[in-house]
Amino acid sequence: METILHYINLVLYVEPLRLLLYLAGLIMFVAANAAYLVLLERKVAGHIQLRIGPKENGPFGLLQPLADGIKLMTKQLLTPSGIDPILFRIAPVMVMVPAIMSFVVIPFSDSIVARNMDIGLLVVLAFATINFLGLLLGAWGSRNKYAIMSAARVVSQNIAYEIPMLVTIVAIIMVSGSLNMHTIVSQQLGGFWQWNLLNIKASLLMPAAFLIMFICMLAETNRAPFDLVEAESELVAGPFIEYSSMGFGLFFMAEYSNIVIGACLATILFLGGWGCPFGILPGVHWFLIKIYLLIFMVVWIRWTFPRTTFYGLLNLSWKVLIPVSFVNLILTSAMLKVF
Amino acid sequence: MSAIVEKLNDETFVLNLGPQHPATHGVLRVKLRMDGEYIVEAEPVLGYIHRMHEKMGENRTWIQYLPNTARLDYLHALAFNHVYVNAVERAAGIEVPQRAEYIRVITAELNRISSHLVWFGAFIMDLGGFSPLLYAFDDREQILDLLEAITGSRLTYCYFRFGGVSCDIDDQFITGSRAFVKRMRERLDMYRNLVTNNIITIKRLEDVGPITAEMCRKYGATGPVARGSGINFDVRRHEPYSVYPEFDFDIPVYHECDNMARYMVRMDEMEQSLRIIEQALDKLPDGPYLLPKAPRIVKPAKGDFYQAVESARGSLGLRIVSDGSNNAYRLKWRSPTFSNLSLFGEACIGMLLPDALALMGTLDLVIPEIDR
Repeated sequence: METILHYINLVLYVEPLRLLLYLAGLIMFVAANAAYLVLLERKVAGHIQLRIGPKENGPFGLLQPLADGIKLMTKQLLTPSGIDPILFRIAPVMVMVPAIMSFVVIPFSDSIVARNMDIGLLVVLAFATINFLGLLLGAWGSRNKYAIMSAARVVSQNIAYEIPMLVTIVAIIMVSGSLNMHTIVSQQLGGFWQWNLLNIKASLLMPAAFLIMFICMLAETNRAPFDLVEAESELVAGPFIEYSSMGFGLFFMAEYSNIVIGACLATILFLGGWGCPFGILPGVHWFLIKIYLLIFMVVWIRWTFPRTTFYGLLNLSWKVLIPVSFVNLILTSAMLKVF
Repeated sequence: MSAIVEKLNDETFVLNLGPQHPATHGVLRVKLRMDGEYIVEAEPVLGYIHRMHEKMGENRTWIQYLPNTARLDYLHALAFNHVYVNAVERAAGIEVPQRAEYIRVITAELNRISSHLVWFGAFIMDLGGFSPLLYAFDDREQILDLLEAITGSRLTYCYFRFGGVSCDIDDQFITGSRAFVKRMRERLDMYRNLVTNNIITIKRLEDVGPITAEMCRKYGATGPVARGSGINFDVRRHEPYSVYPEFDFDIPVYHECDNMARYMVRMDEMEQSLRIIEQALDKLPDGPYLLPKAPRIVKPAKGDFYQAVESARGSLGLRIVSDGSNNAYRLKWRSPTFSNLSLFGEACIGMLLPDALALMGTLDLVIPEIDR
């Protein structure tokens, strides 16, 4: 009887409250990241390009995201004639919501996780695919030729890089024996030599697998040098071409949220999550340091490299990434069998 | 009627590229018929920035028209200055002092480098790399500062006069130019390492965008476009004007006919321009910078005159027909980009859109010069 009461208490009062707090926290985390990653991007771009970037609003331009947000929200939301009204309006939501939802299962530290699911990894990958449906439908609903061309690119790009990414992740799952991200990280705690990145006991190709994962993450988030979907000099703005105001804002926020998710995933799968590289003081700070280092890499690459072509990405994916990731998979399974 | 309907009834669609499109660098419009991402047909549409410069040449006096020449090609304005004053001087029989010729060469070559730098930055931006533009503009800023000090303007120069130049160059300009030549050589090395040797740049440029020598001849393409197709033609060498024969410089010619060849021609040309500037600064003679007896009112002899110079984009020609009066009877520009753009419609058939836009980038389009 008492256990039942306790259970009801937990469900009715504590658990919903906890989830509500986590939800608010995650939305704030996503929004703050989206806003301040734009600032980071502009600052880094500025310093790479012999400029200093935004500096007028607040100290070091720290209030610039606020000004940008107010500008975006107060702009008129234009809907061109001839669009598909439902798809056009639903697409930004379809891109933004999965981006927030993915954070639910990501363990930021040993104790900070909204829902510790046994199929956590699968949830993140499933939501990542919905994101593409949003881009495709938004582009389709815009009734713009540039948008439709970019929609075609979205689909074939999606197929091209998701295969190597999934195959690489399958290798990691075989090593850890679990889809639970908390478990995956727990196995890598204790120092950088425990990380999956350097887990050459499982497969000699693990560093290459991390590279594949990183490249696929760049392609997934449409970042340079794989920003073919929104290639400015070819397709003007790709799927967002007809969007204004917060419709565009949501796409933009989702893009940066996806970068954070990609960095989180790479950190959890390969870089030992919240574990310290030297085995001391594990905690959420190490997780944040790792993801922001990866994000900085992403920004750095964007402002350094020109864009590849579309067939360049497909060639890279089908001729290099997929074979290497399959070799890695086979090697991993063989090593697991042997040892 | 039925033929048109039948023709459009297939899987292709018409894509309107421009007049406001980030890749066309101005108000160029290209009507593309696309099969997916492949180009089936391309037709450049001009006329969005037509300002009747040729008609203005007939209505204004010879000296009044001089500022107009800077408004045609805003990147290499001094070449347009140069061809106009050269043509009128020849027609009116005006001698130019040696020092003025040297100053003309130095400033025109500096301007050529600044033009190529803008092209370099904008072209890499077409390929999706944003940062080189800012570095190129940093270098270009040095040239603009140098030229501003002696010509008074930064973009639309009106510096050359009939019988010389409007203002002498001083020691500050000479030392500044020498410092720039030194700095630019280092920067070109940096560009070679960071941009030209980048794997993505190489993959996007090599064996992409073929323009054959035959095609160049057919459409009258000149300049780096023709030299990238193996045609060894440079007006500075083959129809010499001014004091160019006195300098030792190479004409970079590449035979690959692809985007990379045209890219390399321009990068090499910057080095050659630096060489010319260095030699001209060394040999700079003393004397007047403007003919003391230069006529206030120019009245060329009756007749038909043609003068060509090598602008940053190719052979720039000017034909003037004079009836011996205060202004031209007829004035006709032969602008290089117009011919260079003409081959785009044939060259890009069957290419993918991103490659076609890279090809368009290597043509180095300056739209006000096409439309005039």
